[in-house]
Amino acid sequence: MSDSPTVVVEELHRSYGDVKAVDGLSFEVRPGEVFALLGPNGAGKSTTVEILEGHRSRDAGDIRVLGHDPAEASAGFRDRIGIVLQEAGIERELTVREVLEHYGACYSRRRPIDEVLKLVGLDGLGDRRTHRLSGGQKRRVDLALGLVGDPDLIFLDEPTTGFDPSARRQAWEMVEGLRSLGTTIVLTSHYMDEVQALADRVLVVAAGRAVAEGTPDELRGSMDAETVVRARFPIEAEGTVHDLLGKLAGRAAVRDGLLEVRTEQPTADLNRLTGWALERGLDLDGLEVTRPTLEDVYLELIGRDPTGEAASDD
Amino acid sequence: MTDRLPPRLGLLLRQVAYQNRIFRRVPIAAFFTLAFPLMFLFLFASIFDDVSIGGGREVAAAQFYAPGLAVFAAASATYTNIGISTAISRDEGILRRVRSTPLPPWVYLGGVVGSGVSIAAFGVAAMLAVGIGVYGVEVELDAVLPAVVTFVVGVASFAALGLALAALAPTGQGAPALAQATILPVAFVSDVFMPLGDDPAKWMEVVGDVLPLKSFVHAFFVPFDPFRTGSAWEPGRVLYVAAWGVLGAVVASRRFRWSPSVGSGGGRSRRSRRSRRSQPAG
Repeated sequence: MSDSPTVVVEELHRSYGDVKAVDGLSFEVRPGEVFALLGPNGAGKSTTVEILEGHRSRDAGDIRVLGHDPAEASAGFRDRIGIVLQEAGIERELTVREVLEHYGACYSRRRPIDEVLKLVGLDGLGDRRTHRLSGGQKRRVDLALGLVGDPDLIFLDEPTTGFDPSARRQAWEMVEGLRSLGTTIVLTSHYMDEVQALADRVLVVAAGRAVAEGTPDELRGSMDAETVVRARFPIEAEGTVHDLLGKLAGRAAVRDGLLEVRTEQPTADLNRLTGWALERGLDLDGLEVTRPTLEDVYLELIGRDPTGEAASDD
Repeated sequence: MTDRLPPRLGLLLRQVAYQNRIFRRVPIAAFFTLAFPLMFLFLFASIFDDVSIGGGREVAAAQFYAPGLAVFAAASATYTNIGISTAISRDEGILRRVRSTPLPPWVYLGGVVGSGVSIAAFGVAAMLAVGIGVYGVEVELDAVLPAVVTFVVGVASFAALGLALAALAPTGQGAPALAQATILPVAFVSDVFMPLGDDPAKWMEVVGDVLPLKSFVHAFFVPFDPFRTGSAWEPGRVLYVAAWGVLGAVVASRRFRWSPSVGSGGGRSRRSRRSRRSQPAG
C-alpha cells in the first residue's frame, strides 16, 4: 500500500428531508491507523460510515476510499473492505465454519478460517450452528465475517454499544489484534474511553459537523490547562467571600454555597483559599481539586451539559 | 486492481449448494415442499380406483393426479419456498450482509433460484418415481421432452414469482401467510387436486385460467394424458406461464429490497438504526 490516504472525504453532505445528518465533513484516514468518529447518537457518524461503505448515497462531497468512489460500489471495491455489520443476520442453520467459508469464498484474498476464528476468540466453536451461539459470540462472527476477506480497510460501526464491561474489554482486545495486523480501521463510537483506548486519531462530530480533530491526547491537551478547585462552606460566610475572590488568579464562581475556581495556578489559589478559610475558622467541606477528564472535554466539545441532554440530538 | 475475484460461475454453483444445504437443515420446509405432495399422492391412490378409459384399457387413478401434484411440489419449491425464505433473509439482515461482500447480487439471487429449481426437480422426480414405480403411472417416450421443457419454463417462472412475492411482502413474518394464501386456494381452482374437475363454478374456472398455476398443471399433464392422441406439446399454455414469469421478474427487479424494512420482522435487525443497540443482540 502506498502512503496516500486510505480514505479522503471532502465536504460531505447528506440530508434526510430537512435534517442535515452530515453537514460538510472533511477528513482523511491514513494507511494503518485506527481512526475514530466520535459523537453522540444522531451526530451523523453512522450515516458517514454507511456512505463510505457504499451502502448509502450522498448529496454532495468528494470521497475516495482505497481509490474508489464508494457510490459505484464495484465488486473490486467491496473485495478490499471489510464491513462489520451488527444488525445483519447469520444463516441460523449453518455452522460458524460453513458461514465463514461461504462468505470467504467470494473474496480474491482469504484469511484461513482457523486463523480468523482464533483472532476473534471463537476457536473451538467453528462447528457450532450459529443459532446456538450467545449474543456476544454472534458479534464475534460478525467481526470474523468482516475479516475473512483479508481487507485493507475495516469499518466498525459502534463495535461495543450494548456490551457489558467485560465484553467491551474483549472487543477492545480484538481491535488491538487487528491493529497489530496493520489493517486500517475506521470505527464509530459514542464512548470517549473506547476511543481513548483504541484510536490513533479522533474526529469529534456533533450535529453533522466536525468540532475537533486530533489524537486522544491532543484533544485532552486542548483543555487541560485549567484545573478545577471546588469547596463547599457555610452559607453565612458568603458575604465575606468577595475579598477572597479578588485574590484568586483563576475564575471563581459561587453558587448555592459551592465555590468553584477554574485556575491555571492551582497551588497558589489553593493556598489562598485554605489560608482564607483558616483565618476565619471555616471548615471547607468537600474540598476537591480535579483535572478535566476526557469525558469532560468531549461533553464540552459536543455542547452538552454534563448533567443533561444536548438540544440538537435526535 | 491486481487481485482477481473468483470466477462467477463457481460462485453461482457454490451459492446453489449453500442454499440447498440451508433447505436440508430446515425439516419443516422439506416436509411441506416434498413430503406434503407425496402424502396427497398416497391418499388419492388409496381413495380412488383405477379408471377405465374405454377399449378395455384401465389406467391407474394416479395417472391423472400425479402430474398435477408434481407441479404443486415444483410450485412449492420455487414460489413458496423462495418467496418465504428470501423475505425472512431480508428481515434477518442476511441480504444486507450479502450486499456488503463482493458477491454480485445476481449471483446471490441466481443461487436462490437455482436452489429452488433443483429442489423442485427433486420433488417432481420423487413424485413421478413413486407414481411410476408404485402406482403404475405410464409415460410415453415422445412425452419426455415436452414434460421437461414445461417443467423448466414453469419452475423458472414460479421462481421469478417467488422473488416478486418476497419483494412485495412487507415483512418476513407476513411472507408465509401471503405465500400460502396465494398458492393453496389457487391450487384448488387449478386442477392440482382434482384434475378431472366435474363442472366447477364459472368464477373458479376464470380465476384458474387467469392465474398461471392451472396452465402449468395442464401443460405438464398433457404428456401423461392417457386420452392423448396428438402432440404432447402445449405451447400456448407454456408461453402463458412464461408471461407470468416475466411479470414476476419485472416486479421483483423493480421492488426488490436488500435492507430490512424498518420496524419489521424478527431477527436482530428489526430496530431502527437509532435504537437498535439499546437492546442486547441475539
